[in-house]
Amino acid sequence: MAVKHPYAITLDVGTSRVNHTGSWRTLRPEYVDRLPPCNAACPAGEDIQGWLSHAEAGDYEQAFRALTANNPLPAIMGRVCYHPCEGACNRAQIDEAVGINAVERFLGDLAIEKGWGFAAPDKDTGKKVLVVGAGPAGLSAAYHLRRLGHAVTIREAGPLAGGMMRFGIPKYRLPRRIIDAEVARITAMGVTLTLNDKVDDIEKAMTAGGFDAAFLAVGAHIAKHAYIPAAGAAKVLDAVSLLRSMEGEEPPLLGRKVVVYGGGNTALDVARTAKRLGAEEAIIVYRRTREKMPAHDFELEEALDEGISMKWLSTIKNVDGGVMQIEKMKLDDKGFPQPTGEYETLEADSLVLALGQDVDLSLLDKCPGIEIENGVVKVAPNMMTGRQGVFAGGDMAPSERTVTVAVGHGKKAARHIDAYLRGADTPSTEKHGLASFDRLNTWYYEDAPATVRPMITAARRINTFDEVVGGLDETNALYEARRCLSCGNCFECDNCYGVCPDNAVIKLGPGNRFRIDYDYCKGCGLCAAECPCGAIDMVPEQL
Amino acid sequence: MLEQIEGSKAMARTIALCRPQVICAYPITPQTHIVEGVGELVRDGTLANCEFINVESEFAALSVAIGASAAGARAYTATASQGLLFMAEAVYNAAGLGLPIVMTLGNRAIGAPINIWNDHSDAMALRESGWIQLFAETNQEAADLHIIAFRLAEELSVPTMVCVDGFILTHAMERIDIPDQKIVDAYLPPYEPVQVLDVEHPMSIGAMVGPDAFTEVRYLQYYKQQTSFRLIETLSQQFAKLFGRVAGGLLRSYHTEDAEFVVVAMGSINGTIKDVIDEMRAEDIAIGLVSLVTFRPFPIRALQEALAHARDVLVIDKALDPGMGGPLASNVAIAFRNMDDAPNLHSAICGLGGRPVTKASLSRLFRQAMVQPWEGPHFLDLNDRVIAREIHRRGKARRAGPAAENILKILERERAEKARARAEAGGA
Amino acid sequence: MSEAPRSMETVQKLKFYQKGTHTVGNRLISEAERNVQASIERSNSLTCGHRACQGCGEALGARYAIDAAMRAANNQLIAVNATGCLEVFTTPYPETSWQMPWLHSLFGNAAAVATGVAAAMRVTGKPQVRTVAQGGDGGTTDIGFGCLSGMFERNDDVLYICYDNEGYMNTGVQRSSATPPAARTATTPTLGTEPGNVFGTGKFVPKIAVAHDIPYVATASVADLHDLEAKVTRAMSFQGARYIHINVPCPLGWGASSGDTIKLARLAIETGLFPVFEAEHGRITQVRKIRKRAPVTDYLKLQKRYAHLFKGGVPDPRVARIQAMADRNIADYGLVEA
Repeated sequence: MAVKHPYAITLDVGTSRVNHTGSWRTLRPEYVDRLPPCNAACPAGEDIQGWLSHAEAGDYEQAFRALTANNPLPAIMGRVCYHPCEGACNRAQIDEAVGINAVERFLGDLAIEKGWGFAAPDKDTGKKVLVVGAGPAGLSAAYHLRRLGHAVTIREAGPLAGGMMRFGIPKYRLPRRIIDAEVARITAMGVTLTLNDKVDDIEKAMTAGGFDAAFLAVGAHIAKHAYIPAAGAAKVLDAVSLLRSMEGEEPPLLGRKVVVYGGGNTALDVARTAKRLGAEEAIIVYRRTREKMPAHDFELEEALDEGISMKWLSTIKNVDGGVMQIEKMKLDDKGFPQPTGEYETLEADSLVLALGQDVDLSLLDKCPGIEIENGVVKVAPNMMTGRQGVFAGGDMAPSERTVTVAVGHGKKAARHIDAYLRGADTPSTEKHGLASFDRLNTWYYEDAPATVRPMITAARRINTFDEVVGGLDETNALYEARRCLSCGNCFECDNCYGVCPDNAVIKLGPGNRFRIDYDYCKGCGLCAAECPCGAIDMVPEQL
Repeated sequence: MLEQIEGSKAMARTIALCRPQVICAYPITPQTHIVEGVGELVRDGTLANCEFINVESEFAALSVAIGASAAGARAYTATASQGLLFMAEAVYNAAGLGLPIVMTLGNRAIGAPINIWNDHSDAMALRESGWIQLFAETNQEAADLHIIAFRLAEELSVPTMVCVDGFILTHAMERIDIPDQKIVDAYLPPYEPVQVLDVEHPMSIGAMVGPDAFTEVRYLQYYKQQTSFRLIETLSQQFAKLFGRVAGGLLRSYHTEDAEFVVVAMGSINGTIKDVIDEMRAEDIAIGLVSLVTFRPFPIRALQEALAHARDVLVIDKALDPGMGGPLASNVAIAFRNMDDAPNLHSAICGLGGRPVTKASLSRLFRQAMVQPWEGPHFLDLNDRVIAREIHRRGKARRAGPAAENILKILERERAEKARARAEAGGA
Repeated sequence: MSEAPRSMETVQKLKFYQKGTHTVGNRLISEAERNVQASIERSNSLTCGHRACQGCGEALGARYAIDAAMRAANNQLIAVNATGCLEVFTTPYPETSWQMPWLHSLFGNAAAVATGVAAAMRVTGKPQVRTVAQGGDGGTTDIGFGCLSGMFERNDDVLYICYDNEGYMNTGVQRSSATPPAARTATTPTLGTEPGNVFGTGKFVPKIAVAHDIPYVATASVADLHDLEAKVTRAMSFQGARYIHINVPCPLGWGASSGDTIKLARLAIETGLFPVFEAEHGRITQVRKIRKRAPVTDYLKLQKRYAHLFKGGVPDPRVARIQAMADRNIADYGLVEA
């Protein structure tokens, strides 16, 4: 209503809106999405920040759905993943990385508890794909292929699904009911799984089954051996066999004092398993130093807590009955161990070799075009082998051998197999620029340490095969999830909307983020400077 | 009801009858008794629904009134002299914002030298601030003008100053008729602002106005005042009808019909002038008086009419513009501009800083003007010997010391010499 | 010193929300707990199109303060404005950015005019309509100080808000009694043996306000908008004279980047140069602790008005004096968690 009032001295309210101050602007704010470092670092290609944001809001089922869009095995990965995401997490530069792995496990366990399943695809493509091996790579590929509507058969050589997850990872790290539950969820989608069904000849298998494509995902089950002269009644075992035998009825007999030779995570698994089997002493002999050890430090810490002892810079020259001759080593300029000629002896009831594993590639013997190099299959960037329609991943393809990498291979292969079956181009995956730490305004985040997963006491741990690391309950899972900084992606904190001195940010409502009102935005840059997660860029205005 | 009462008290009682809602008080002689009086009436409940606010300065006093008036309350304050100058910025502001505040000005000189007694320097200092300025001739009119002032201010939405001579009116006991509340209410309706700070109809009052509109804003102020003369007359007539006596208006003529010589003056001095005129009329001297009530807006047309038959006009100023002379005289001169057969203008300055203006001096002045007119302003009863000595002394030394103190010394010496001469004469 | 229950509650509640605790809003907390400014339905008393400089701290602070006061007063609020940047950039004829009853009279009389408005509301039967007065540091700590003190001492029902940008910015950056030592202004140029503003004894008006024993005094900052809103809301819960002094960086006058306004306000707090506290009836009731203590150089170096302190690579001894001022505030107000 226009009120009559004295001229000029008195003005009608809000009339300044005719004055479009946007014309002052030389820089314009623009909303952007950047790739969070956790996502960038995840070998399984998870959208970690995406699923955490649902968990932050307490919508765990949605978080589980978002998580499993990329990885169907959250309860497993929440236990055995070495979480490179946390290593990359920007939050580590403020206090400690977000406990992504713990939240993932919480979601995985909750899904099992609640019985959340995966829906079968809406329609079938009519294409058939053979997956060889029911390890993490195979299960992941089968899951993704099935979601895309293909008919999938997994042929597993072993008596149970899980591959190296079951036969290479001790129960105290990964309870078997978890594997069973997550495998069951995949087969429930309509994936066929046959056990004790080794593929000897891939060509024959594909022809016989009428498969349009195949994904090879055989695990590295064959232990590598080093030549160590042994005499007398020396008891020498390999790690793979030892861990595999843990799955049988009769636990292996290792004796009172066990030496493990190697420096990887498997060596630690074996030493800790030996302790649990009753060994009074478990010693790991490794030719280099702690810093050079490939095993993860947190696992070493846990092992040391349990009373495992370490013998650094040492190689085993020979074994005679219960006595081993050890040569002391030293690192050269390049960090390689060199013999010193100094010797000592070590007594032990058994020696377990944990020197790495190989894959049984005999199924490829009659397959033309497939190239093998350094014990693994050469694959193209789309993971296809030299044979059309045959893809390979997991331990079979050249890369780090972890469950996470294998799951990632499965997903990637599935996408490319799908493209191949549809005759489409290789799907491109354009990625946003990295949401680096320097783009954040960390002031806005509260300081808080990572939730420490409850550790059962070392004493209890070495006597049983209970899980070493416990899970989060709902309260602290929520807390942990909310420590996420949402790097590079708007999380609707309202800062831009609130700090604009010109009211030039329009709020679009939950889930819809914001829009800049360029009629009034003067381009001061406060919104960009005060955006906690670095989701606003200031770009030069063009005339 | 007729009462023997001090002028300030009469004003206080009358102001209370106008039902002001916010009163701001800050002491300065000689207006203090007025706000004290209203304050008592607020305290004892006679004046209900009124906020009486003791402020920390005159600047605050008028500022509080500005806020109150803009927010829709009838606001009143009073001041004098230095106080008016201290609030000068707010005086202009109230006028610019068109807020109908009524303020009593207990007219008093302005320092230095500091002087608490009456003249019109204060009112003249802010004559261009945009306020209406009304001058009271008697204590009765001093009281009555407030009733008219509220009505006028609110009808025009222009602040109004009621100028009353300090001490002469404020501190004098006289018989005064304090009107009845009902009659005042009949004359003065409740305050209906032309604009108000209102949460239901918000607006921004007091915008910054640039060259593109400032002239127009100022012209509208001018226009409003120039078209208010008829209203001022009408309100005076209405007042006379209701209250049974004359108050306000633009000016009042006294024996001007046949007067070739007319005096023009403002305020309480008109009483003395009338006495002198009566005496001179008895001698058949054709002298008259125009008593100016409304100084701002300056009633040029009315003055021209009132002085149409005069051959000589003597303007009495109770203020001095040291670079020009008498301010009222300057204003009257403007009224003569372009006037056919304009009268001769004579200017006299009198009553500065409370100096008594006697009938004898005025009589002398009027007669001198008739027979031996002077150029420029004439300073009534100026002690020429003192001036001569002081001017002489100043010519001799740069650091001649302060004039006021020197003059007092000269006067003291003269007094002592006279006393000695008297004693010697008596002893002889 | 005892903490008010309200503040403890707030701290506890917020600690749980890790993401965006200090942000304006947060999708994870209830609407009621968010800033007024986070609401999609907010209706700003100070709207777009005003002519404040880019990154103006005062425009931001004023919108928060007045909107919070509006909410607390159930939109029954009248504002009085002293002459200054805020007045000039919001109401140049023919446009106003205000969407509420607003009055500008003079530079030095905002507190008194507000007293008059508040009195008028009482006598015209609208006691629910509240009054706020606002001005810059010049209009508050210098020319308007007499009226301010008078309003305090009478305990008039007015909330006075001072937007302190440490100088007369509207007239071209001159020194006020709120200009800090060593700062360059147009009237304290970087010339002579002691360039910049003098090291006087200081005039921190919030302390003077506390000395009046008025019901409520607080300092606040555009760097902590939750705190700012909470304080305005708290202030509005009292009757009588109240005073809030808000630190509002001025990119123009301080020689800073327009995008650094909030950062500077934050550093003013985190260095200890601007103590943030609350006092009721003459006693300090709450002090905002420093979260991440910063040296004053972090703050000074972002501003060209202090550039002369860092010329030639030799540290000016006056930097240490400024640091000592910050340290003294930290000690006097207990700004660092023991």
